[in-house]
Amino acid sequence: MDTSASRTGVHQRKLPKQLRRLEAESIEIMREVIAEFKRPVMLYSIGKDSSVMLHLAIKAFHPAPLPFPLLHVDTTWKFREMIMFRDETVRRLGVDLLVHTNQEGLARGVGPIVSGSSVHTQVMKTEALKQALDLHGFDAAFGGARRDEEVSRAKERIFSFRSQGHVWDPRNQRPELWSLFNARIRPGESIRVFPLSNWTELDIWHYIMLEDISVVPLYFAKPRPVIRRDGTWIMVDDDRLPLAPGERPEMRFVRFRTLGCYPLTGAIDSGATTPEAILTETRSARASERQGRLIDGDETASMEKKKREGYF
Amino acid sequence: MDDTDHPVVESGKDLLRFLTCGSVDDGKSSLIGRLLHDSRLIFEDQLSALARDSVRHGTLGDQIDFALLVDGLEAEREQGITIDVAYRFFTTAKRSFIVADTPGHEQYTRNMATGASNADLAIVLIDARKGVLVQTRRHSLICSLLGLRHVVVAVNKIDLVSYQADTFDRIVVEYNAFASRLGFSSIMPIPISARYGDNITSRSEATPWYRGPVLLDYLETVDVETEALAKPFRFPVQWVNRPNADFRGYAGTLVSGTINTGDPVVVAGSGRTTSVKQLLAYEGPQTSAEAGDAVTITLEDDVDIGRGDLLAGPADRPEVSDQFAAHIIWMSDQKLMPGRSYLARIGTRTTPITVTGIKYRIDVNTGNHLAANTLGLNDIAFCNLATGAPVAFDPYDQNRKTGSFIMIDRLSNHTLGAGMIAFGLRRGTNIHWQATLIGKSERATQKRQRPAIIWLTGLSASGKSTIANMVERALHAGGYHTMLLDGDNLRHGLNRDLGFTEADRVENIRRVGEVAKLMTDAGLIVLCSFISPYRAEREMVRGLVADGEFIEVFVDTPIEECARRDPKGLYAKAKAGTIKNFTGFDAPYEIPQSPEIHLRTIGQQPEQLAEQLLRTLAELGIAG
Repeated sequence: MDTSASRTGVHQRKLPKQLRRLEAESIEIMREVIAEFKRPVMLYSIGKDSSVMLHLAIKAFHPAPLPFPLLHVDTTWKFREMIMFRDETVRRLGVDLLVHTNQEGLARGVGPIVSGSSVHTQVMKTEALKQALDLHGFDAAFGGARRDEEVSRAKERIFSFRSQGHVWDPRNQRPELWSLFNARIRPGESIRVFPLSNWTELDIWHYIMLEDISVVPLYFAKPRPVIRRDGTWIMVDDDRLPLAPGERPEMRFVRFRTLGCYPLTGAIDSGATTPEAILTETRSARASERQGRLIDGDETASMEKKKREGYF
Repeated sequence: MDDTDHPVVESGKDLLRFLTCGSVDDGKSSLIGRLLHDSRLIFEDQLSALARDSVRHGTLGDQIDFALLVDGLEAEREQGITIDVAYRFFTTAKRSFIVADTPGHEQYTRNMATGASNADLAIVLIDARKGVLVQTRRHSLICSLLGLRHVVVAVNKIDLVSYQADTFDRIVVEYNAFASRLGFSSIMPIPISARYGDNITSRSEATPWYRGPVLLDYLETVDVETEALAKPFRFPVQWVNRPNADFRGYAGTLVSGTINTGDPVVVAGSGRTTSVKQLLAYEGPQTSAEAGDAVTITLEDDVDIGRGDLLAGPADRPEVSDQFAAHIIWMSDQKLMPGRSYLARIGTRTTPITVTGIKYRIDVNTGNHLAANTLGLNDIAFCNLATGAPVAFDPYDQNRKTGSFIMIDRLSNHTLGAGMIAFGLRRGTNIHWQATLIGKSERATQKRQRPAIIWLTGLSASGKSTIANMVERALHAGGYHTMLLDGDNLRHGLNRDLGFTEADRVENIRRVGEVAKLMTDAGLIVLCSFISPYRAEREMVRGLVADGEFIEVFVDTPIEECARRDPKGLYAKAKAGTIKNFTGFDAPYEIPQSPEIHLRTIGQQPEQLAEQLLRTLAELGIAG
């Protein structure tokens, strides 16, 4: 993305009306945060939603540079292509990136394979995120979550209040009328802000296509080494994934609908190699987007539980 | 989800935001589940999770309970109710929809209002067996106040009344009779069964007597165009974008109207006129922008504008006033107190706000106007309000974005209420501040002192008045010009019409604060000795004077000690129950969180405490 302000001439917008409205709403939310908070940060998970959120943020503050840093909570189990894409994006856009890993968890040897998905997520994502927010004293944190992803996210406010200790109380959320967001907090409290609340998976891909936004190549189908586990395809991204006797990676044409830690993220069989093809495929999909996320499946309310404890 | 549609060409589709509301168990969540299911918008993994959950939490035996698709919180599933609003998204060949599924319980009315505030249409569900209930009326009234003009009356569970036309007709007549004064421009009654899918996506054979549209067809075609483009140009300045000395842009979103490069604009508050130099988007300068667009505006002239200002067209300006009348929906257990200072968000501006009078409370069942001294949770009322500074606004029925506000607690920061402005009050628009030739600083300089309010707060018999008198005597002896305001003394005159209820205590302190402020304007050092139990009022007085001029002194004596001293015999009377609302006893005292001076009186003589207060005043540069 070119962030220079030097363009001349009149360039009228060509987005369809609905995407234009969504874009404007997200920009308004982001500007609210920069006007009301002292130390905001943008959670950058490297996924497609983060790519869209970052793109919108650059638009929102243009011609000023991005007025806050990005924060990536690195569990050390992300796909290698994600980390390459992250570093390349930061270089290309010239934005500030903070990377935080829960060193204490790392030292204890916590990981998705030995500890299981729920302990790994709790220690290396939720705890790590809280450490990073406390360390830098951030009072507002943008997240790319959308309400269409999951039932407890469908219930969350755009400005979502967190008490001291980053606790979410879903039974007692602040009323949020019109676009009059209540951004007032006391010391130690914070707000999680979700500018993409009203976007759907289809809106995201439609926008990525029309705005020509770069995303991690893992979203596009190509032959990858995978093994079949729990009814989904797990990619063998490095030699840390233990293989059962007789288990042998096979090359399949697959892609990912969402991205997380590679041992916990299932791929789908797909031939979609462009955003257009992904849109067509998503339209006829019979499974939801987060089906490939093994961390969601433990129990139906598991996302709400993680969120109450501080997960995004 | 229609795979025949080519991905790129759905630009023409518009968006309808609607909510489902009505009483508990009228089937709101079930209806949304049914709509999504019958539109083939539920994924296979979601359906299998739903089947699993229906066995565990469902209320329909072996059948799939569609409500569980939207009741996403653990507590909701366990109790089988909706607590908070859920948003669902779906698209058909004709339209995109954002649905807000809102709770029916009165307790969660604030969440229903949250869902309704951004909706264009409401589906009011009514259980065919129960007919129009209090919550049906409450939700309809709130929809009306929030500016919704289109209502679908979905008479649900029609299967349970044997698909009888006369039951449906009776409910429709009853609803229309009550809704006729709510100002809806369309009311569409439809008999449905969310459980069996009657008249939701396809016409039911069980209701041959019904000739109107089925629900989904109606939602796809109803015209709710709000004509935001045809309204006057309004642009609340959200953020000043100043990346370097050469660029100063005003970032914000057009809430109504259109604007072109070169158009004249006026800053509503100051009346200053200039014109648009550039309408900047990331893609480059635009020739025009319309309602809903987020842009950055640069102006031809260097005018003083910041967050909270409102740009408008010079020919059609908003009202500017510090007093207006508005409908208020109160959303907190903490009562609304007239006279108490809250914070308001109006557009992008945050300002102190006070309810100066409750004109009437609305009985949601009958629509009758009732008298009220305070407002409680879920009360709806029409009030007069005053803001700390003049604000620009439009009546809510002309502009939802510039006519709405929320009220926030100054200390907890909770959102307490929502307001819809009806009109400006003339006494606000026409009474202007009369500048005086001699100012506060001239008056103070002549007295060779810095004016201040020294505010002693604490329980009855804590020692406030004793200390205040000693301090005043010392200041007077030192040549300072002082005044002492004492709670009991003022209640003999200025405040003799006030009692000791929370509302009267709020008004008591408001008057005292205004008097003390006038005396600081006169250049005096004003000692105030008042129990003043509520933080909000002490903070309100602090807000009346300049920074550093309000010195809060907490006279900290434990209640047991006060009761032991009891010089006026009041604690004894309170214990005996002969006086009510006694602070510390059956009325609260909110301890100061960070007073300028904290006097712990146990083990200290009044002389020592007065000495300590005087020393701190000297350190603060006020006296000595």
